[in-house]
Amino acid sequence: MLASITAFFDNWSLEIWEAVIQTFQMVGIALAISILIGLPLGVLLTLSGPGKALENKVLNHGLNLIINVIRSIPFIILLFFILPFTKMIAGTTIGVGGAIVPLVVYTAPYIARLMESSLLEVDRGVIEAYEAMGIKTRHIIWHVLIRESRSSIILGLTISTIGLIGATAMAGLVGAGGLGDLAYRYGHLRYEVDVMYVTVFILIILVQGIQTFGNRLSARLKKD
Amino acid sequence: MIEFKNITKVFHTKSKDTKALDDVSLHVKKGTIFGVIGYSGAGKSTLIRMANLLEKPTKGQVFLNGKELTKMSRGDLNIARQKMGMIFQSFNLLKTGTVYENIAIPLKLTGVPKKEIKERVNKYLEIVGLLDKTNAYPAQLSGGQKQRVAIARALAHEPEVLLCDEATSALDPDTTESILALLSKINSELGITILLITHEMNVVQSICHEVAVMENGRIVEQGKVIDLFSQPKTETAKRFVQSIFNDKIPEELVENLKNSGQIVTLSFIGQSSGKPALAMVTKQFDIFPSILSGNIAQLKDEPYGRLVVHLEGSASEAEKAMNYLTELGVIVEKYQNRGESHVG
Repeated sequence: MLASITAFFDNWSLEIWEAVIQTFQMVGIALAISILIGLPLGVLLTLSGPGKALENKVLNHGLNLIINVIRSIPFIILLFFILPFTKMIAGTTIGVGGAIVPLVVYTAPYIARLMESSLLEVDRGVIEAYEAMGIKTRHIIWHVLIRESRSSIILGLTISTIGLIGATAMAGLVGAGGLGDLAYRYGHLRYEVDVMYVTVFILIILVQGIQTFGNRLSARLKKD
Repeated sequence: MIEFKNITKVFHTKSKDTKALDDVSLHVKKGTIFGVIGYSGAGKSTLIRMANLLEKPTKGQVFLNGKELTKMSRGDLNIARQKMGMIFQSFNLLKTGTVYENIAIPLKLTGVPKKEIKERVNKYLEIVGLLDKTNAYPAQLSGGQKQRVAIARALAHEPEVLLCDEATSALDPDTTESILALLSKINSELGITILLITHEMNVVQSICHEVAVMENGRIVEQGKVIDLFSQPKTETAKRFVQSIFNDKIPEELVENLKNSGQIVTLSFIGQSSGKPALAMVTKQFDIFPSILSGNIAQLKDEPYGRLVVHLEGSASEAEKAMNYLTELGVIVEKYQNRGESHVG
């Protein structure tokens, strides 16, 4: 038993380690870019709504349409569908570099949506109080809207991160590697079930860890 | 100080247009506490939000110190708004910020120098009596304490005007009283003009110098608080006065007593509330007064009392007694059940 475990790790530890690194790379980079795009998009989506500070029907409907369209496409289709776009932005369509673009296209609108629902929770009265003090809209966005919804935003980002980990499994199809890809190629296609079990186990630990961390951080930021 | 000129506000909804304010003009003088009272839906909330243009008028002008707010650019309006503090029924504090941050953040955002922020926060927390709660979060405070933080936040900008939007409506009677005392102190010691709206007559009674009564988007009555109490003209005003002075006498009793004399209402303002007027009446005339109802209330500047009295005796003696009372400075009126058909 012990011998077989040792043998397993002798054979596979390098591959598994590499896959973990690839997953972290993809999730980390794609998440960072998605936040940079999704957060402002969410703010714009919220503030362009009816009765809001930057009310703009065309912009609001436009953003809603684009976000809904992208969110309707399953990631595996999106991955191939936007290949030319990926090539244009990243210069390649394979490997980790080729996977980042579709992952961002997939995640950013999702973050924008989650952001919107977080921002809409902020009490209208507090925003009004700041308007009444003669404070500029851009200051209100950061110091009231985002600050007051930060606990909810963290929960939203936790959900998106876990969704992103799921999506990276499919990014293996463009040769980006990662844990999901490892489980699929070795575990499923080559019947190396042990590899599949171990990678699935690592993914479970990863998702559990992220969710717990997100919940704790969110609870700490919440003051009511 | 604040002047509303012919303000009309129409809210458009899909089904119909609602006129929230209908040609309202109002002048709040510097240094006064001006109350606007009305039932919900009267338009008073819309009116106070016009003062700093949180709500823009459909027609009409708003002036602050003679400068027209309704003409200002966004940037100028923001500067003008910093001279007008505002507090709300729901306090509207940052849940994620401590008491200190709640006051300091808006100061920072309006460009107050760092060094001064700390001084101001401490100064105004001391005025509202919350220095010991500097690092507490709003969730750890009571309603009254939250409102004190909101008041400190407003005062920290050193405004000329404080707008109070139903500031005590969410508070219990004791807390309401302490907040009202604080507002009164702010007015007299810091010289800040206060415009407040409320649906509670006791707020008007205890701290306002002047009052306007609103109904259906219009100001139906306006003047000194004492005049509203002693001589309310409109049905709405009478109902508000009655909420403090409930001097309704059962109809049956009134009918009975009318046979043996007259029922009159006697209002005592300021000094006249001190004299034993009724005792003197019994001595000088062939009249037996009996008190059916009596109330006294401390208005901001003077006490105001009202008695409903049955004057038993002949009509001519009653007439003489009433004239005598009038000479003493008592306001004498024939009794009528005020606002009877409306009081439920």
